[in-house]
Order: sequence, then structure tokens, then C-alpha cells
Amino acid sequence: MSLWTRMANVFRGERVNREIDEELEAHVAEAIANGREPSEARRALGSALRHREKSRDVRLVAWLESLRADAVFGWRQLNKTKVTSLAAILSLALAIGACTSAFRLIDAILLRPLPVANPERLYDLARRGIGPEGKPQNFDGWAYPDFQLMRAAAGDQAELIAVSYVEPVDLTYKSDEEIERAYLQYVSGWMFPALGLRPALGRVFTENDDLKPGGHPYAVLSHDYWSHRFGQDPKVIGRTFRMGNDLYEIVGVAEESFTGTSPGTMVDIFVPTMMHPGATRKDWTWHRTLAVVKPEAAFEPLRQKLEATSRAFEEERAKGFLGMRQEDIDSFLNQKLVLEPAATGVSDLQTETRRPLAVLGVLVGLVLLIACANVANLMTAQASARAREMAVRVSIGGGRWRLVQLVLVQSAWLAFLAAALGSVFAWWSGPFVVSMINPPDDPARLVLPADWRVLGFGLAVALGVTLLFGLAPALRASGVNPVSALKGGEDPHSKRRLMHALIAVQVAFCFLVLFVAGLFVTTFQRLSHQSVGFSADRVLVLDTTAKAPQPVEFWEQVAEHLRSVQGVETVALTDSPLLGGSSWNNFISVNGAPTNGVLSYMRAASPGWLDTMKIQLIDGRDFLPGDTHPGAALVNETFAKTYFDGVDPVGKTFELSMDEGKRLGYEIVGYVKDVRYRNLREPILPQLYVPFRSVDEKGVTRKRGAGVLLVRTSGSNPLATAGILRQEVPRARPEFRVSRIRTQMEINMSHTVRERLLATLALFFAIVALMLAAVGLYGVLHYSVLQRRREIGIRMAVGARAGGVARLVTWDVFAMVLVGAFAGVGLGMLSVRYVESLFYQVKATDLQMLAIPALSILVGTFLAALRPVMQAVRIDPASILRAE
Amino acid sequence: MAKADALQGSMDLLVLKILSRRPGLHGYAIMSAIQDISGEVLRVEEGSLYPALHRMEEAGWIRAEWITKGTGRRARLYELTAAGKKQLGMEESRWQAVTLAVNRVLREA
Repeated sequence: MSLWTRMANVFRGERVNREIDEELEAHVAEAIANGREPSEARRALGSALRHREKSRDVRLVAWLESLRADAVFGWRQLNKTKVTSLAAILSLALAIGACTSAFRLIDAILLRPLPVANPERLYDLARRGIGPEGKPQNFDGWAYPDFQLMRAAAGDQAELIAVSYVEPVDLTYKSDEEIERAYLQYVSGWMFPALGLRPALGRVFTENDDLKPGGHPYAVLSHDYWSHRFGQDPKVIGRTFRMGNDLYEIVGVAEESFTGTSPGTMVDIFVPTMMHPGATRKDWTWHRTLAVVKPEAAFEPLRQKLEATSRAFEEERAKGFLGMRQEDIDSFLNQKLVLEPAATGVSDLQTETRRPLAVLGVLVGLVLLIACANVANLMTAQASARAREMAVRVSIGGGRWRLVQLVLVQSAWLAFLAAALGSVFAWWSGPFVVSMINPPDDPARLVLPADWRVLGFGLAVALGVTLLFGLAPALRASGVNPVSALKGGEDPHSKRRLMHALIAVQVAFCFLVLFVAGLFVTTFQRLSHQSVGFSADRVLVLDTTAKAPQPVEFWEQVAEHLRSVQGVETVALTDSPLLGGSSWNNFISVNGAPTNGVLSYMRAASPGWLDTMKIQLIDGRDFLPGDTHPGAALVNETFAKTYFDGVDPVGKTFELSMDEGKRLGYEIVGYVKDVRYRNLREPILPQLYVPFRSVDEKGVTRKRGAGVLLVRTSGSNPLATAGILRQEVPRARPEFRVSRIRTQMEINMSHTVRERLLATLALFFAIVALMLAAVGLYGVLHYSVLQRRREIGIRMAVGARAGGVARLVTWDVFAMVLVGAFAGVGLGMLSVRYVESLFYQVKATDLQMLAIPALSILVGTFLAALRPVMQAVRIDPASILRAE
Repeated sequence: MAKADALQGSMDLLVLKILSRRPGLHGYAIMSAIQDISGEVLRVEEGSLYPALHRMEEAGWIRAEWITKGTGRRARLYELTAAGKKQLGMEESRWQAVTLAVNRVLREA
């Protein structure tokens, strides 16, 4: 008989049974015909059932057969208790779904290797040292001339590749009226061959496309961009687009799977590094350096060689760092070069979300465990209701292992149904969470495939969960002692002990989730409600570009024109909005003394900027139209504290020390209140604001090609005027275009995206955890009341009062809740250390932070206990005792 | 009386041998044949006969066929396959070797 027939026989079980029976019957008939006693003949043959089992085992794949039988039986069991099964499946599905979707995110951002040849040999070069603020820092930006030296030094040990930080750029395919935004990355021409990437269309770059600065205006499109922008039109090869003053020709499309080397950003257009304006600049760090290390290369000597090369380059450059303190120069030069594994690519999204994602992973894991504990309790309760059935099975010869299998198969039903439902949930919630992390103007674009990795994870979770909540009840069920179980006298406390332990575990985990959620919610509240020092209400930020750099007078004309537009209150010019992500700094020297090593952060602003942003002037005046940079400056309170001992500095002077010993002089004309410059968490930075009008050494005003118009509108919805403003800018002067419009509010809110996400999700999981724990508690109490009916009845019959009964039913469960809560506090204190960096102005030891979860659990416990206690108190001793 | 089980592993040998001489026997006839030929010395335990037959069938040494007898009752008749013949040869020589060895021990010990 082939394996196939045997497997097929599994599903023809009845026929196989009949045939075996018939053969045995024939045997007995033959025996009787030979003159034997019918009863003796039957006895000699033995139990038909045992024969059947033995012979069947031979004739069909036994385990498969028993599995099928158990699956059918398990399904019937689930159907018998539809409501509890459904509750179990739903709570598990929620937990498994949350886990799977967390996994999808974590996988997409942190775990999935890049789709390139040998991703495990890819490294990211970074420098590690002490930053100007005295904190340890890790920086992976490089200047191109340094990169060229290192590439030569690496020789045949490793191929070095330069890839710029992906940035949104404005480009046009036809006329200037149609500016489009695309994500651009400058990459070394040899990146494509080095990473084993092939073109999907046309050609990709080679070494020859990246030789002469500014000499290779060619572009390779990503497959995704080619698809959504050009509908996969093969005629795209040879088309051109204009970016800045250069005309680029499209030469090819990269293979589909490659979306760039930074998870979280998908590149639209690749251009050669030689086209970057900073390709020859020694002081402009604008790209990452990736290294494909050859398998035979000696790692440490390679690292040292690269470090020595880079250090020599910086030492040469440091000769021009006049006016900088020697210790700052030393700590800059003494940075250690490190090669960090980059098999999964490198991106800011990875660094920013590593911890939050880990926290989320742990939270969903805890919710899953709570759900598992619930189901385990449910199964235990059911198993004890089925103790007689199990005892019967054992006594008629069911193997213990078969009983374990029986209960496990039922658990597997629950787990797999839940996993199926959960995967639907994950399929929806993964992209939803991504959309929540995303600042609207600079969306993280993630590849979130639902492939074998996700499927494998889902299956592994389902299996793991089955064992987790199914194994203990299964072993317990199989360990049934038929004699005592059939007499109905098994130790009634044994099962409750397991259930109580699980309650303690649940409460501990629940407390932890609530505690962490409370910390995140408070962090988000404190962070988003703190004052930023300026008013973002109704302010629009217009990123504006001109075809060629334009005189400042023209910029001012545009601003003046917008002031006359209806619905506009005030307009100002700046280089970049506050909190907008771009920063610009310098060392300050007062009275010709050397700098004190603290960087001051700068912003260019036109007259009226203070008014538009509603920044409070403490002393002095706003800029006047004639003020220039260098020349006049506004400074904030922290600046005064840092350089002038907190004294009102109006009228005082200072200098900026530039490269190659140049110094620029300023007179402080105004003293303003502190505002947030770069982000919401760090201490306020010393800031100085210079006029938008900048002049060169000869006193000639510099032209500007890009700037930002800040517009405070009078309507409550600033975006309502956005369309008009976009049209009015070129009407004021035809050379100008608005490339993007944001609200200042949106920019401010983008700084709390991570906190909002963490707070929202943590709160959601906290509610789920609390609900699950309460349901679990209710289940256990309910079960124990049922189990102890007789005892309660007798106690009441001999005069126990309601209070005593309530105490009897709830006391040990409440004790478990207390044990769990204390364990939760301990767990919380231990774990909080790992996530402290995510908190803002909130401490884990704040009493309030501990009180909230404790109170929530108390209320949850009370609500869960209410009904079972009522049931217990209402027990009528007479009827119970009569029934027994 | 010694039962067939006492002679470990000899059940397969006996069944195969019987079927090689008289193909097309049902279970009861195989059992009776073993008892008759051995002069009632060897008794097949009826309880283990059918599992053994089904096991050998699964191993491919014997094959079975349902026939309807004159009484209208169906019977399952067994016969040897080619693989069964080979197996019989092996079992026989193994048996010879074992009995020879046992005899030698009895003689020389």
C-alpha cells in the first residue's frame, strides 16, 4: 500500500473500519462453522476495537488519521461553547494581529536585507567622537574629496560607494509652470555594478558616468517612479528634465526591487555624485559612504587605513580652522572611524525608530501573553469540565499522548483561526501605522510586502501561542486520574492554582503596559503643550525659488505684493522656517577673545519677521530695511546668557569666526525671547538672527536663489489662502515660483509624530491589556464560584454572611492581583531604564505615574469581580444541597 | 502448550511459508493450517493474526483480495507477492541459522 493510499484512507476511514470488521466477522463465522463456541471464538479473537485500532494504524497514516479525528472533535468542542470560543479567538486575533503588524514594520525598517548582491558585506562608514556640545556623537556624513582619498586607500580590499542623503528636489519636464517634486539621490556611478544591480530598461551608471565635476547630466529612474510617473512608458529613455540650471537626460530604469539604500525613503531619481554642487568642496559633508568589503579583506587593517587617510585629510583642512579652540579641533580630529554593518541599509528612520519600535514590539508581545493567559485559563476551565470525558478516554485505553494531542489540536484551532483573523488586521493596520508616523510633507515610504517572511512569522506565532496556552492544560488533562475523576473527587484546588498563577502574570504584564503607556502619554502631552516661544497659528510657510539668483529688492517686492493680498496680515522673509530641520551655526567671539566653544545657531530674517512669528522683543529694535548681514544682529536670551553673562546685550558687538581666519562683525540691535530652533527636546540653543539682506566683502548685496516667505493669514484656515498665494508670487515677479506650501503648525507637529504614535498605540494596547486582564479575572472568578457552589452552599447553610462569602470567593484572587501588581511595579522600574531616552520631563518614579495604572487595575478588578460575587452571594443553600 | 509468540518472530515465517504452498487462504484457514501441520504444537494467537497480516500486506509481502463465497459471505484471501517470496527465503535462512546455533549450544555446552 503506498503512502498515498494510506493518506487517502484517512479520509475513507469508515470504509477501512468496515472492511476490518467484516474480515474479523468472517473469521468468527469460520470458527463457528468449525464447531467452536461462538462466545469462545469471539473471546479468543479479542477486542474488535483493539484490532481495529491496530490494523488501521497499519493501513493508514495513523497520526494523520488521529489528527483528522481530533480536528473534527476540536471543532465540535469549539462550537459547543460558541461565545467563549469567539471571545478567545477575537482577543487572540487582536494580539496576534498587533504582533504581526509590528513585525511587518520592524522587518521593513530594521531587519530586511537590501535587495543587492551580498548585503552582508555592506558597511556604513561613520565617525564616532565627542561633539561640540560635549556629547558623544556618531556622524556618517562625508566630504567628497575625503571620500576619493579613502576609496583609493581601500584599493582592492573594499569598494567604497558615495550615496547622498535622499532629498526632495524641484524639477520640470516641460515648461517652468509645472514644477514637480521628486526624491533625488546622488550616487557613485559604480554603485550599480558594485551592488550587482541591473537595469530594468536602458542602462544604469558605471564608473565612466562619474568622472568630471558637473560633466554627467544623466539620470536613472527607480522602477517605482517610472511606474507611477510614466506608467512604465519605454519611451522615457532619452527624455530630459531640468533641475536648477542643469538639463538631465534619462538613460535608464533601475531594477524593480531596488528602492535606494535607505529604508523609509524611496528614491525616484538617481544622478551621479559628480553632479552635486559639493563634489569638490572639502568642507561640505553631504553624503554617506558605503563600503562593500571583499570577503578576503582583513577588516581591522582596512579600518585603520581608512581612518588614517581620513585623519590626514582633516588635519590638512584643520590648518585653516583659525579662531577655533585647539581642544575642539583635537576632539574633531580624534574621532574614531567605524564600519557599521549596513546589510539592511542605513537611514535616519532606522536610527529614529529603533527604540520606539522595540518598545512597541515588547508592548504587543505583552498583550499577546495576556491574551494567551486568558485562553489558557479558558482551556483549563473547559478541561476540568471535561475531566470525566478524559477519564473515560483513559480508562478505555486512550493513550495519554492522544489526550495531549486532543487538547492541543483544539488549541491549534483557536490559534490558527485567530492568526487568520489577525493577519487581516495586520494587513490593514501596518500601512495605517506607517501613515501615522509620517509627517505629511516628507512621507516615509516603506516597502511593506506580505511575503513568506510575514507569513512565516504569523505561522510561528500561531504555533508558539498554541504551545504556550495549550500545553499546560493539555498535560493536565492527560494527567487525569481516571479513578478519582470518575468518582468526581479530584482535588478541586489543583486547577485553580494554575489559574491563579496566570492571573498574577496577567496583572503584572497589564500593569507594565499601563505604566509604560502612562509615561508615553504624559511625555506627549508635556512635549506638545510646552511653549515654543513663537506663534504657529495661521502661519503659512512658502518655500520659494527663483530661476536664477535674484536681488534682495525683488524678494522684498514679492513680500510687499503679498501683503496686499486679501486675508494676509503680515509677511516676512527668512532662509528657513523655525523647527524646519535646517540648521546653520557658528562660533562667536566677543571683544576679539577666542570663542568659548559653544556654537550659536543662526537664521536669516527680514524686517517684520519678529512680528510675523510673534516673537517677543525684550529690548532694542527689529531689523530695519537698511540692515545687512554682516552688520546687525538680533540675539535671544540664551545667547545673552552664554556670551554676555545674561546682561541685556543691546548695543554690544561680537564677531563670527569663519574658515581661513575671516571674521565678520555684528552689532546687537535687538534682544528677543527664547524660541525653539531645531527640536522640542533639547535645551534652548543660543541663537542669533541676521538680516535677510547679505552683503559680500565689498559691501555688494548678494543675490538669492531660494528663500522662504512666511505669511500670517487672518482666516482661521491658513491653507484656504494657499492657492491664491501660489498664484500671486509669480504675478509679483515672474522669476519666482512657490515650490511647496506648508503650515508652521504642521512643521511644529512633525516634531511630536513619534511621541504621538507611541502615546496613541501604547494607550490602545493599554486599554486592550486592561480589558483582556479584566475578562480573564472575571472568567477565573466565575469558574471558581461555580466550582465551589457546594462549599458556599454549606457555609451559608451553617450561617456564613454575604460579606464572608464574598471574601471567600475573592480573597485569593485579590491576593494574586496584588502579587501581580507588585511584580508589575518591579518590572516597570527595571524596564523603564531602557526607554528613558524616549521620555520628556517625566520620571518613572513619579507617584502619579504609578498611581494611574494601580487605580485602573483596581477599578478593572472591581468590575470583573462584581458579577461572580453577586452570583456567589445569591446562591440558595437549600437548592444547592438538594441538587447534590 | 507453546504458543507461536514464544518463538519470537516466527509468525511471519510461518504465514509466508503456508501462503507459498497454498495461495488464496483466508485468515482462519492460515491459522488452522499452522495448527494442523504442526500437529497442534503451534497455536497462533488469534488476536495477533490480523494485525500481522495487515502489517505484512502493508510491507508488500502479501496481497489480499475479497471473494464472495457460496454462502454469500465475503472472505479476504491472501497470497504471496514476489517481494514476499524473497522475504520468505530470507526468513527461512535466518531461521536455519538460529536453530543451528541453538542446537550447537545444546550439544556442546
